[in-house]
Amino acid sequence: MANVLFDHVSKSYPGGHQALTDLSFEIAQGEMAFLTGHSGAGKSTLLKLIMLMEKASQGQVIIDGVNLARVTQRQIPFHRRRVGVVFQNHQLLFDRSVFENVALPLRISGYTSRDLERRVRAALDKVGLLSKEKQNPIELSGGEQQRVGIARAVVNKPSLILADEPTGNLDPKLSAEIMNLFEQFNNVGVSVLIASHDLALINRLPHRVIGLKDGRLAGERAAGGLAGGK
Amino acid sequence: MASNQSKPAKQSAKKPANKRSTITAQSQWQAYIQHHKLMAVDSLQRLMTSFGSSLMTWLVLAIALSLPMTLYVSLENVKQLSRTWDQSSQMSVYLKQGTIDRFAATVVSDLQSWPQIQTAVYISPEQALAEFTDSTGLTDVIDGLDSNPLPGVISVVPRLAQQDVGRLEQLEQKILSLKHVESVQLDLLWVKRLYQFMDLGQRLVWALAALLGLAVLLIIGNTIRLSIESRRDEIRVVKLVGGTDAFVRRPFLYTGIWFGLGGGLIAWVLLSVGLYWLSGPVERLISLYGSDFQLRGLGFSDSLLLIFDGVLLGWLGAWLAVSRHLSRIEP
Repeated sequence: MANVLFDHVSKSYPGGHQALTDLSFEIAQGEMAFLTGHSGAGKSTLLKLIMLMEKASQGQVIIDGVNLARVTQRQIPFHRRRVGVVFQNHQLLFDRSVFENVALPLRISGYTSRDLERRVRAALDKVGLLSKEKQNPIELSGGEQQRVGIARAVVNKPSLILADEPTGNLDPKLSAEIMNLFEQFNNVGVSVLIASHDLALINRLPHRVIGLKDGRLAGERAAGGLAGGK
Repeated sequence: MASNQSKPAKQSAKKPANKRSTITAQSQWQAYIQHHKLMAVDSLQRLMTSFGSSLMTWLVLAIALSLPMTLYVSLENVKQLSRTWDQSSQMSVYLKQGTIDRFAATVVSDLQSWPQIQTAVYISPEQALAEFTDSTGLTDVIDGLDSNPLPGVISVVPRLAQQDVGRLEQLEQKILSLKHVESVQLDLLWVKRLYQFMDLGQRLVWALAALLGLAVLLIIGNTIRLSIESRRDEIRVVKLVGGTDAFVRRPFLYTGIWFGLGGGLIAWVLLSVGLYWLSGPVERLISLYGSDFQLRGLGFSDSLLLIFDGVLLGWLGAWLAVSRHLSRIEP
């Protein structure tokens, strides 16, 4: 079953700005794909539709078989718990430790501290930051902060991870490490959709690429094909 | 947190098999309680880290809470004081000029036999004149009078509740119809006035309580609004990772409760200290009027009410602020 399905989706904002136009694609369960395009091409809008930060003006967005048009306001939090998100500016909270940052989705979902501690440590271990759980994220480097953000996105074991420019502020070596982390999660069956305009990096990786231009699908590169496409 | 350590270990053994099996209704309930505790402690810690500004808010709330309570306590004391006056709501029954003592005595014994009457005491014109002379010191003037101008008076204390003004007036009519009685003076007007004043006071307490309650709501609402603004990023992140409105609201509601509780407690201290400070002079003043009145302080239930009101207003103010401002912060 498709994990993410966009069916003739358009999104226009009040004031007439057309962010997405008649967009159709799907991402299968366990697939990893890049979303590329210039800023303003509609990448962020697309991610916002999946997170229900926005609703489509036309067409349907279906995640895990759930039509998002039918998700009520009250159900939105529960939808968001099934999707892990990583942000460019990582959105960590500097008033609490690394551990508490990663624990946040679990506290929200209703885990007791015993289960929570085990899961948080497992997630921090995967991103290689177990030794820094007691530190404040402000003491960490940019790459480490982004890895804390990733740990927070995966700690709830979502079936889909979204990432919005996750390597935006990082040098190529750190970016490659971050991508490698996403690949590891993808290897255990999690779908991953990464919005990025770092073409150099994308072209080095053998994953599917979905290109956007002015809110429309503009070229796609199938998984496995390297260095071609865009 | 400690409660979870006692859970059986077998759950962790089978854990890796199923990813979502750890959320059961029971664990969710435990997590809910845990989060409440966590937020209660966390919001108190936040208030303590900015102790200076928190204290200011607490003091303002305390003053707003203590004002209506002060008025209420004063009113209760006046009520208690007036209860001792209730019994002295006596009537003066003036006999016709020239009524001889023997007839007066029959009227007195008549009156004493009535069930509505507690005591009836005869004051003869001679006694009255002597008392008048004593109290005014106008001996020369009175000596110059040809005859005693004062009538005989029977001082009657009715056996009725003070509030029963209607029945007192009935009694007045009944006494008037007796032989030898010239007129009856009912010392009711001042009692009526006192009750009117107390009624007014009561309303004033309520109006003041309502106004200052509103002030407390606004103060807390505004404080919570600032707190929401300063935690805007956190709210966005929490909403993004699936926090429900209740989850987002929780720390702010606890903040409101702590503000209310602190305000209530300080108000209680202010009132208690104030009453203690006043009790000496007030009791000495009242004792000059020959009353063994004791200044009534804040009782246990009044104290509880004051603190509970603080908490309730704090919670409500936070709720209003949160429901107004939280929906505006969307990821």
